[in-house]
Amino acid sequence: MTQAPGPDSGPGRSASHTGEWVEIAAKCGHNLTSAAIPPMMMLTFEDFPLGRLGTYGPRHVTREEILTFAAEFDPQPMHLDEEAARKTMLNGLSGSGWHLCSLMMRMMFDAFIGRAASLGSPGVNELKWVAPLRSGDDLTLDVDVTEARLSKSRPETGIVTFRAVVRNASGQVLCEMISPIIIRRREGAQG
Amino acid sequence: MRFYEDIEIGQRRELGSFTFKAEDIKRFARQFDPQRFHLSEEEGRNSLFGGLAASGWHVASVCMKMIVADGQRAASEAAARGETVAVWGPSPGFRELRWSIPVLAGDTLSFASEVETRRSSDSRPEWGIVQIRNRGTNQHGELAFSFLGTAFVPRRRPGA
Repeated sequence: MTQAPGPDSGPGRSASHTGEWVEIAAKCGHNLTSAAIPPMMMLTFEDFPLGRLGTYGPRHVTREEILTFAAEFDPQPMHLDEEAARKTMLNGLSGSGWHLCSLMMRMMFDAFIGRAASLGSPGVNELKWVAPLRSGDDLTLDVDVTEARLSKSRPETGIVTFRAVVRNASGQVLCEMISPIIIRRREGAQG
Repeated sequence: MRFYEDIEIGQRRELGSFTFKAEDIKRFARQFDPQRFHLSEEEGRNSLFGGLAASGWHVASVCMKMIVADGQRAASEAAARGETVAVWGPSPGFRELRWSIPVLAGDTLSFASEVETRRSSDSRPEWGIVQIRNRGTNQHGELAFSFLGTAFVPRRRPGA
């Protein structure tokens, strides 16, 4: 299991860095202790210029994973039962679209969110499920930065909008997402 | 489940409620979203969320669980009345998904759906296209989660 670096794992955490985070948190109505401050050496707003960020994967998806997710969150015949699935518009067993979203989240975490000074995402502008997720698929993820702007309400942060596209091994697009993430600016960034 | 012809703008359904337990939040996060505020109470308290927070995709997946359960209830009610049950098609996507406020361990969200638009499909005369706003409201009455989903709904009389 991959995890974000722990609070004590990074070098160079400075007093001013700590202060900045405490300040951001206070504006959001939370009391933040210094133990919560992410380490330095993280990706900041400045590390996300417009254009291609990268291509990630592949991530292999098994039939068992598809059935397990569907049983808990999306128990429709097209996600659970081969025979019933053949009679649906998707013409065969397919993974839940929400499973695909969750797999995309994990791929984005492993690619860059796990080491970014991310404050979370307010949502998703648009998501298209273009083609079904199938068991045995090897997923790749292309991520582009489509917009990067400074936050007016929180000048220590910027809002980076990503376009993420998941494809299978034959290059067919399975889903496309446009979503913003709030990311802290580099320490000492002005204006 | 209803046919396209039975669907009216503004129709609302209560989908039921779900309590997010700490163990479920961590289990989902370990698999799909291992950011530390989704994995540990202490990290969550020290984050901007102010407590162990569910991954946004966990909240979305639970909402789908509630939608499917409601659809199955509606289908068995329709079958019990001797009506033909409409089988909805897959969704082509959604817009305007909002994680408005954090969902913390112990929070209970009540989910509801409301029809916003409906139109026939030019390319697929046997289907209508419906947009439904799904919302999750916590035990304090605060809107925590919402999205505008699109669904293909079968027509009772294709092309009519």
